[in-house]
Amino acid sequence: MMYSYTGKILHVDLSTRKSWVQEVDADFLKKYIGGVGLATRLAYDNVPPGADPLGPENALCFACSVFAGTTMPVGTKHGVAFKSPLTGTIGDCLSGSHFSEMFRRAGWDGIVITGKASDWTVLFIDDDDVQFLDGNRYVGMGTTETQEAVRGHFGDENVRVSSIGPAGENLVRFALIDNDGRQVGRCGPGAVMGSKKLKAIAVRGSQPITVADPEELFKETLKLIETSQGPGTAKYRTLGTPSNVLNMNAMGVLPTRNFRETVFEGAETISGEYIEQHHKIKSVGCSGCSIACEQWAEVREGKYKGSRIGLDYEPLFAVGSNCGIDSMPAVIHMVQIEDELGMDAMSCGVVVSFAMECYEQGILTKEDFGGLEPNFGNDDAAVKLIEMIAHREGIGDVLAEGVRRAAEQIGKGSEHFAMHIKGLELPGYDVRSLQTFAMGMAVGTRGGCHNRALSYELDVKGVVDRFSLDPSRGKMHMEKENFACILDCLVLCKFLRNCFDDFYPDVARIFTLTTGIPMTAEELEEVPVRVHNLKKAFNIRQGWTKEDDWLPPRVLKDPIPSGPSKGAVINPDDLRVTIEAYYEARGWTSEGLIPKSLLIELGLDDIAEDIGVEEAVADIAGSE
Amino acid sequence: MANIGYEHVICDPDKCIGCRLCEYACSLTKTGAFDPSMSRIRVVRIEPVTMTAITCRLCEDAPCIIACPRDALTRSQEDGHILVDEDRCDGCGWCIEACDFGAIVLDPKTKDAAICDLCQDQENGPRCVEVCPKDALELTTPEKLRQKTRRAVVARLFEELLEQ
Repeated sequence: MMYSYTGKILHVDLSTRKSWVQEVDADFLKKYIGGVGLATRLAYDNVPPGADPLGPENALCFACSVFAGTTMPVGTKHGVAFKSPLTGTIGDCLSGSHFSEMFRRAGWDGIVITGKASDWTVLFIDDDDVQFLDGNRYVGMGTTETQEAVRGHFGDENVRVSSIGPAGENLVRFALIDNDGRQVGRCGPGAVMGSKKLKAIAVRGSQPITVADPEELFKETLKLIETSQGPGTAKYRTLGTPSNVLNMNAMGVLPTRNFRETVFEGAETISGEYIEQHHKIKSVGCSGCSIACEQWAEVREGKYKGSRIGLDYEPLFAVGSNCGIDSMPAVIHMVQIEDELGMDAMSCGVVVSFAMECYEQGILTKEDFGGLEPNFGNDDAAVKLIEMIAHREGIGDVLAEGVRRAAEQIGKGSEHFAMHIKGLELPGYDVRSLQTFAMGMAVGTRGGCHNRALSYELDVKGVVDRFSLDPSRGKMHMEKENFACILDCLVLCKFLRNCFDDFYPDVARIFTLTTGIPMTAEELEEVPVRVHNLKKAFNIRQGWTKEDDWLPPRVLKDPIPSGPSKGAVINPDDLRVTIEAYYEARGWTSEGLIPKSLLIELGLDDIAEDIGVEEAVADIAGSE
Repeated sequence: MANIGYEHVICDPDKCIGCRLCEYACSLTKTGAFDPSMSRIRVVRIEPVTMTAITCRLCEDAPCIIACPRDALTRSQEDGHILVDEDRCDGCGWCIEACDFGAIVLDPKTKDAAICDLCQDQENGPRCVEVCPKDALELTTPEKLRQKTRRAVVARLFEELLEQ
């Protein structure tokens, strides 16, 4: 008997308007658990090699958290995996809140959407009933506007909606999917949804979620809810992630003016502390969250009066310091319009800062920008650019492709400062001053992302010298990557990570109390290793090569000009040997390929047949 | 009874983060499964920042009791919560219409009205209060609430006076 899980995956083909149910058993679910793990498995099985990310053959694969809708704090989440239109590799994302709960209560462990609708469509999943509704009436609407309108159509607050905004409709490559004001944010899932002419997915679930041992589970989760009000989450509960601004600035890590500098003279007025004093309305939680990290802020006067949004550090750095903008009202406004237009605020901010540097260097002119003069710090121009990108107007059409493709088109040396890894724009930490993290992102399966490994902790907390690299970092990074991965499979929010006594035994027990499926700490510890290899296998099958595991030119050539990290730059030779040490720690070949024997050991026999390599004679790295 | 008014669960909207853990815990306690639609307490969230939780307020002159045409609803002599006589209730829903707070739910399985009973069978009192991570929920009486409000306002006024 299996609890919480239903063993059912819903497959929907938008081209034929048909759906069918795939049954999976406890052994299968135990291997991938849910969230990113299960979504990645579904993506591997449903996205053919060489698929066009914006073609009908790409699959948008949703997988629920096993804890969604229960009192397990911060577990009401879901994962989404697809082939990313930015990177061409796995796009594995997370979101959470009410949509995730309804997803679980509708009785599905996963939902796989393929094909392309002939016209704009809203997919309505009402328990096990699947309907294809006209989506034309919502075209042009923003993300949360669409959700309210779709819910209004049904007149039932139990209908929860994931939707795209105009950016997704216009296939902006970093468009996102929003649900309940939370985002499946990075790697362009909104463009994939837009390419399928799918404006929204509405879900209503009426089924109770049964668990194996309700009383014990309640006791265990109550303990965690209490711990989650303690020191392990203090940062997130008080100022939220915007507290990073002043910390990163003091360390010389805050990306400033398109990653040229790492100290921003205007950091004070875009800090978490400043929000608290001048703009804060309230801290808000996702469904099932006991922490409430989201700091809602509003603009009370001036030209952006009335703008309001829940702020996090990443969007804040991207449109703030990285665009040289020190006005919190402008930041609040820009993040709000990015969310509503349906674009990843991180990628979009880095794209705007890239455009600003092109302008300041004279690579693009006022005419190219249709009369705008986007110097660093010009918030009016930045706001306009964001809108032009979402609607693909003028230069916005080029920028909507992301910095990698935009730099390829623009040329004239702009590639030097196109700040991306594998096509995904970088997050808010200058990697020259956090080098373990830099190596980790170079090898990361989704490119320039801070969230698929927690190795910046090693650099920031001084466990290692953050200004250099050596082969010992390979294994250290792998361990941080595995820990992030298991959280993404369960799914548990990373902000709960410091609240466990002994993570693997504790969570294995909670998993069994929930599902009734026996799980040991050792078995649980194997899951992220399996899932990470699966992500890598997905990438290999889609054409990944070793050259893709590399960093943008600026961080390898331009030393940081000033501040506490002055002079820091990444040595390419050190980077190369550390990457190879990482491959070795993973048990991969020196080319970064996965031996058949490893895949078989991890229970991925079918994948071993697809992409596994015989262990080459030349590969004498001398692994243990 | 020392205090006027019955104890009931209230929510401080300034503290409520909209997490709905109270709904999850209530439905688990009352039905054995996580099923917010069966929860006796519901969070109302008018996006993005307006939110609070609502459950039975044990009204002094309870309109639900008056509305019930079959006299299925009575008041507990012990703590004042609304008792539903399952033999008399046939799920007509008039009590739901009468309730100004939308605090009564119709159980689709039993076809009976279901109302907060303050978890009298639970050792630690109402589960929703126990699970609330931000102490937004509180079991209180109108009199206790009055006292608390008075103390808070006086403390604040004197603090302001001292600052001047």
